[in-house]
Amino acid sequence: MIEFRQVTKRYDSDHTALRQVNFHLNRGELAFLTGHSGAGKSTLLKLIMVMERPTAGEVVVGGQRLNSLPKRQIPYIRRHIGVVFQNHQLLFDRTVFDNVAMPLEVMGVSPTDIGRRVRAALDKVGLLKKEKMNPMQLSGGEQQRVGIARAVVNKPPVLLADEPTGNLDPELSADIMHLFTQFSQVGVTVLIASHDIALINSMDRRRLTLEQGELITSSGVEHGGVSGH
Amino acid sequence: MATDKHQKQESQRGAKQGRSRAASPVRHYLDYQRRVAKDAARRLWQAPIATSMTWAVMGIALALPVALLLLLGSLQGVSSGWESSARITVYLAMDVPVAEANELAGEVEGDGRVMSVELVERDQALADFRDSSGMKDVLDFLEGNPLPHTLLITPEESARTAQGVQSLVTFMEGMDDIERVQVDLGWLQRLNAMTDILTRAAWALAVLLAAAVVLVIGNTVRLAIENRRDEILVAKLVGGTDAFVRRPFLYTGAWFGLGGGVVAWLLIQVSFWWLSGPIERLAGLYNSEFALNGPGLEGALALIVIAVLLGWLGAWVAVKRHMDDIDPGDIAGG
Repeated sequence: MIEFRQVTKRYDSDHTALRQVNFHLNRGELAFLTGHSGAGKSTLLKLIMVMERPTAGEVVVGGQRLNSLPKRQIPYIRRHIGVVFQNHQLLFDRTVFDNVAMPLEVMGVSPTDIGRRVRAALDKVGLLKKEKMNPMQLSGGEQQRVGIARAVVNKPPVLLADEPTGNLDPELSADIMHLFTQFSQVGVTVLIASHDIALINSMDRRRLTLEQGELITSSGVEHGGVSGH
Repeated sequence: MATDKHQKQESQRGAKQGRSRAASPVRHYLDYQRRVAKDAARRLWQAPIATSMTWAVMGIALALPVALLLLLGSLQGVSSGWESSARITVYLAMDVPVAEANELAGEVEGDGRVMSVELVERDQALADFRDSSGMKDVLDFLEGNPLPHTLLITPEESARTAQGVQSLVTFMEGMDDIERVQVDLGWLQRLNAMTDILTRAAWALAVLLAAAVVLVIGNTVRLAIENRRDEILVAKLVGGTDAFVRRPFLYTGAWFGLGGGVVAWLLIQVSFWWLSGPIERLAGLYNSEFALNGPGLEGALALIVIAVLLGWLGAWVAVKRHMDDIDPGDIAGG
């Protein structure tokens, strides 16, 4: 579903964010992306969302090579990728419902369908009763779940999460992770950037570790020494 | 993939519901456009003072050149009225006898460009003058009749243009026994020339003010874009196309244009109504048919349509300049 082939990303100022990164995530796979801040996690996510283009190598999402994607096609790729942010990027000038409805609105879904699908997504994250509230009235964990509902409301095959549990206590974090596991069980490819080692260890899932832009693959072990390609 | 199953169920359910609705994509698209337009209007309505100020600025900027052009149009109406009533006065030489004058009148009447010729004999002219001028006593002092025979020529309708009259004048001047040909169109030509200059100036002003309107709307929309920056970011992030993100702002510009156009029309109507009394009096004093012509229904519609287009254009400029600056890459951090 997500494939990186010898991907290098260099920014103007001689700063290489990613060096020859290779990996492949299958459908329904849930993987963690770890590494110190500045190791290139955000750059990797941005490449998948076509916010950045690789300097060299190929990024393939859902069989589509993103390198050669024309600019006007970018929005259509993003519709297949749900994203959850650490600071959740909710809009406080509208209700929870309207926040979750946004991905459907940009796709031009009819209002009746929007209502049905938004409620289904809110139900999934357990916030159905709070659809009319302003996100500002919700707790941090609830806000994050609204963000997740928005990311999955149009049932994207790929779900990216950037530090989704960054501000949450362990119990809430576990809840959120449980949700991600459920999505992966129905076939969604989930990639979670996180440095919450305890949480990652408790999950025993595939782990992509970045160190200074290079991918150090390790599985289940906290620190592996296997160099990336 | 398990989501496929979900999606299939989803779409089946959707299809069932869809059949009962008019599932026409055109209708769906129009519905959507209407929602966006309504939402843009609602946002303007929520800031009534800012909105009415923008409308007022736009209205004034549009009303000024339009009123000027209408005024000049009315003036041109006057001059064309005068042209149609143009008469040529031909003074014969003093020594031409009556019989010859009559002959000449007959000859001129035969010309295709001439509708009618009236001969005013010199004795008749003196008598008329004596009666009408009130200078009876003064005229009595004169030894003879100082007035010549006069031909009053009314041109055919087809010849009642500036050029037509001019060619007739040249023709008359070329004839024998003619002392002087007079047609009082000089002032009319000067007025025409002046109106032409003023019309051009008014158009230049119109273009400048239209550009100003575009800039004002552009700036207002730029502020709106700044205010909704987060929303634009999120919309781009979840796959909103550029067209989707721009559309609300283009509608905002169009609404500004519509309001501005209506304000301009109101300003013109009110000021013309206010001026119409004094102008009628003035025209009456000049025995003129002059009247201020308002924009009329078609003019009002054209004005409003142009205003909407200008508003839309202003929004488009702002959107083009500022929307691309908003890049969702900013959200994700380094």
